[in-house]
Amino acid sequence: MRVTLRDIHKHYGKVHANDGICMEIASGSIQGILGENGAGKSTLMKILAGYVHKTDGSILLEDRPVEYKGTSQATRLGIGMLYQDPLDFPPLSVLENYMMGRLHGIALKKASHRRQLESSTRYFGFHLDLDAKVRSLTVGERQQLEIIRLLALGVKVLILDEPTTGISSLQRQTLFEALRKLAAQGKTILLVSHKLEDVEALCHGVTILRQGRVMGEMRYPFDTRKLLEWMFGTPPSSPPCVDIRPGKVALDMEKVSAPGGRAGLLECDVVIRQGEVVGLAGLEGSGQGVFLRVAAGLKKPEKGMIRVRQRTMTGQDYHAFKDRGVTFLPTARLEEGLIPGLTITEHFALKQRKGIVIPWEQSRKRASERICRFRVVGRPSSKVESLSGGNQQRLLLALMPIDPLILLLEHPTRGLDVESAHWVWEQLIEYTASGTSIVFSSAELDEIFQVSNRILVFYNGAVVKDVKTCDTTLGDLGQAIAGKI
Amino acid sequence: MDSLNITILLGSIVAGAAPIVLAAVGETVTEKSGVINLSLDGSILLSAMVAFAVAYQSHNLVLGFVAGAAAGGLVAAIVGVFSVYLGQSQVAVGFVLTLTARDLAYFFGNPYARLYGPMVSLWPIPFLHKIPLVGPVFFQHSTPVYISLLVIGACWWYLYRTPSGLCLRAVGEHPQAAYARGINTRKIQMWHTIAGGLLVGLAGATFALCTKPGWGRPQGAEGTGWIALAIVIFGGWHPVKAALGAYLFAFLQVMGIHFQGWWPSVPAQVFQVAPFPLMILALVLVNVAQQGHGYTKDKATSTLGRVVNLLSGAAPAALGRSFRPE
Amino acid sequence: MTPLANRIQNLKESLGEILFLLAGVLCLTFLLLLVAGAPPFAAFYHLFIGALGSWSKFTQVLMAWIPLTLCACGLVFTFRVGLWNIGVEGQVVAGAVSATAVLRIGAESGMPGVFLILAFLGGMLGGGLWAVIAGFLRTRFEVNEIFAGLGLNFVALGVTLWLIFGPWKRPGVASMSGTELFPPSVWLPSLPSLRLSPIGIALAIAALVGTGWVLTHTRLGLALKGIGSNPKASYLHGLKTTRFMLYAMVLAGGCAGLAGTFQVTGVYHRLIPAISSNYGYLALLVVMLANYNVWVTPGIAFFFACLNIGSIQLPMMLHLDSSLSGVIQGTLVLAVLLMQVWRKRRQTDNH
Repeated sequence: MRVTLRDIHKHYGKVHANDGICMEIASGSIQGILGENGAGKSTLMKILAGYVHKTDGSILLEDRPVEYKGTSQATRLGIGMLYQDPLDFPPLSVLENYMMGRLHGIALKKASHRRQLESSTRYFGFHLDLDAKVRSLTVGERQQLEIIRLLALGVKVLILDEPTTGISSLQRQTLFEALRKLAAQGKTILLVSHKLEDVEALCHGVTILRQGRVMGEMRYPFDTRKLLEWMFGTPPSSPPCVDIRPGKVALDMEKVSAPGGRAGLLECDVVIRQGEVVGLAGLEGSGQGVFLRVAAGLKKPEKGMIRVRQRTMTGQDYHAFKDRGVTFLPTARLEEGLIPGLTITEHFALKQRKGIVIPWEQSRKRASERICRFRVVGRPSSKVESLSGGNQQRLLLALMPIDPLILLLEHPTRGLDVESAHWVWEQLIEYTASGTSIVFSSAELDEIFQVSNRILVFYNGAVVKDVKTCDTTLGDLGQAIAGKI
Repeated sequence: MDSLNITILLGSIVAGAAPIVLAAVGETVTEKSGVINLSLDGSILLSAMVAFAVAYQSHNLVLGFVAGAAAGGLVAAIVGVFSVYLGQSQVAVGFVLTLTARDLAYFFGNPYARLYGPMVSLWPIPFLHKIPLVGPVFFQHSTPVYISLLVIGACWWYLYRTPSGLCLRAVGEHPQAAYARGINTRKIQMWHTIAGGLLVGLAGATFALCTKPGWGRPQGAEGTGWIALAIVIFGGWHPVKAALGAYLFAFLQVMGIHFQGWWPSVPAQVFQVAPFPLMILALVLVNVAQQGHGYTKDKATSTLGRVVNLLSGAAPAALGRSFRPE
Repeated sequence: MTPLANRIQNLKESLGEILFLLAGVLCLTFLLLLVAGAPPFAAFYHLFIGALGSWSKFTQVLMAWIPLTLCACGLVFTFRVGLWNIGVEGQVVAGAVSATAVLRIGAESGMPGVFLILAFLGGMLGGGLWAVIAGFLRTRFEVNEIFAGLGLNFVALGVTLWLIFGPWKRPGVASMSGTELFPPSVWLPSLPSLRLSPIGIALAIAALVGTGWVLTHTRLGLALKGIGSNPKASYLHGLKTTRFMLYAMVLAGGCAGLAGTFQVTGVYHRLIPAISSNYGYLALLVVMLANYNVWVTPGIAFFFACLNIGSIQLPMMLHLDSSLSGVIQGTLVLAVLLMQVWRKRRQTDNH
């Protein structure tokens, strides 16, 4: 089925996530949708799948305009999406998950559904135990089930969002063969990916998005250099290379593996020294988040050892890490970072560890000082949920201890405009002068490049590049992020 | 020390457990949809009172049962509306209702206290009740007891052999996914909460018209609701296992009476109360053991693991949380 | 609007809402009475007179208010940290049993004052320990505190029954009327003419003030507030969430234990099976109705106590069951829950 997108716009408040996107994909083709974090590819696909409502523009199937709201309507029109986290039912069996959503009448007709499912799995070369509970399946197997289920519902346009994250290479092979078979049948496949090797192996054509717009389209064979340029833009002038002398070892991870997200963290061997600013680059969910949480003691590693200032801390909990000097700043401000219902003063009051009675005056003064210093727009008596997102971010930074050993920051400048982000980094860099190390993840590769002394690139759960910023370029980084080392 | 006639003992357990079975199976259905109906204890009392009052006034037992079921359904509907549609805490509403329903029962039931009212009579099934051993245990009872036995099988069949039951289980596990597949989660939750409530109402009616006939303050059914809630967990949210739990509880109660005869020095009231804490303590232990084994559920190899797997079951993942389809 | 004018406006709105609620519930009660075939105005009259009609009745109300308020103070802590302490009934009983044990040891000792104080301490300890069991089951083994508390309620009742009919039974025939009366020397002193215990009133007021102070001026109070609102963020801020949950349970159990001790020493002067008189469950309703605000609880507790004591008249005067008070209390809480929904809808509409 031919899919045409005309002038698709999506606004999230002030953010223009999709800006006039036009695309046409012929039936029987596999089209890759490439772009870095925040390019708008996930948003676009969610609009096509009916999960999100577009602000403007039109969608045509076989040159007929269609309107739909919600994923079940989209599925009825023949569009289905395989999400990174398929919405399935873990305690139910594979067969029961397959049947859900296609139930009519009184009898369960298990036998006929079983036959259908078995023949589908055989056709694609999938090996699924129909009676196993879905929660015991691997990510790849859950994907396979979801694909078959969508096809059984009559889906002719299949969208896959980063499908090869967290699956084995054998499953990847099987998946690719299945997708080729489907394309040969005339189905339209859209593959959202940041992995160049996948795109090169599978796609007939590629659309590159950057900052909400279509940068260009390309047919196979692909010009890698141009692809990367379109994805990441031309590198700006590199910042002056400051050669810093990192100090003693602050944090040391030895062959640490931990589950989490899609890919988890695999055999991570990293040493962070005092005074360094280390940026974690890579597609969202490639292991940066897990790295930060393991380093903070919020997640216990399955294998490996963590040392903070020479003391082995593996297996201890977050409070032990905190006492040792590790500070963690989460990205979800109101869910994890701040306490709704409490005022700014109360947040500062909570930091006092000693004594039974709260020194309110002292806390109020402290709160005033810090909100002044970090330019938080709000009064000490304001409740934190009344602050704007950007101010909440500043408050999180204001609540940090004065002399931390290591700062682990998840997206520290999220929600801040360029000027505020710049100012925040100025303050944070001052900490490094007294020996604090900063390790942060960010969705903006530019930010990482501008601010860090050292960059770690994560791909599929492993650190594939560990390099001083001076010794690399944005282009190199882009390649590493896309899986081409 | 009088001899225990096994058949009579088992028969009395099946009869005595009938209302508990009804309540536990009913609540299992409700909780499978993700809603917890904490008002069970008060609900049972209210339905018992309503059933007795209606049966007494109308001299019609069937009407009494219908009224009792309706009362249970109505209380459950209130819990459903508050939690499914208004997004309020299920625990808060359920708890308040359990107290209020009980007080309503006592208040309106006052004129009916200690009255001699209609009672269901035994209805031995021809031929079957003459079978040695099994006959008197299962086939020499009154209609509500037969209904309780049928309900177990019917509920199991509904949950695991019909599309509707599959939908219900899906909604209770992952309402977002069910919603994404085009299922009206709120409707399903509401209907099944009410259905469970109807069974709970039947349980109350069975108390007042069959097992502990009559009305009074206390009636005798007090505390059963809490036990039924515990049994649902004990039974791993599976109707057959929940029913077995109910029979176990009835067994403890019956044995309590016999122990009383064996140890007359221990006060009678202790035996009457003892099964309650024992049951809940058992529940606590199962929970504890379950936590210890975590997610080895599908791959348990040790004997203890297998026993725990048999006893335990995972709660419907969305239990107690309200899902608002955007 | 200035902050002060804002607060007055809010207060006026709240007052209006409360009056509207009360009117609604009274109308509903009116209807229920009509359905029951009872004279509604007479019922309201007897409720009122039964509670406030004479000094003797009024002191009864106060004697009911004391344990209710004590329990409610403790429950404010557990509600604040996000726990449903249904086990409060068992904690009252545990406190009563501990106090009785202490008094039985010291009844004839000749140091009645000392032993009374020890009884109160013992009661606090007993209630606190009972609560910690449920709390421990929750924090260490993730057993839902509702069921752990419920189970412990039944266990406490069983223990009480065993004691009353077993080791602590009256000489002669054991009966449901409890243990033998304590000698008057260990009765909580009351005023010469009325059966009112000023010590009890002082205790309740101290509990109220103490609870209010802890909540607003101590780290513990702030920590409980934080954990109740967002346990994840509180953990990241360095608060050991499980420890604070246990603290809240201990405080709730301690207050409940005080209530139980009061029942034993000041009201019944012995241990009876129904020593908790349902005050635990009722206190949960009081705190819910007070919107978890400790300064409002004494007023609501007073209202509930009036209903309870007033309804005692109903069986005698009108052949009605005294559970009418429970119906009114429960309906009020349900109405408040509805009101919260309405308020939230109104807020989102205004935005």
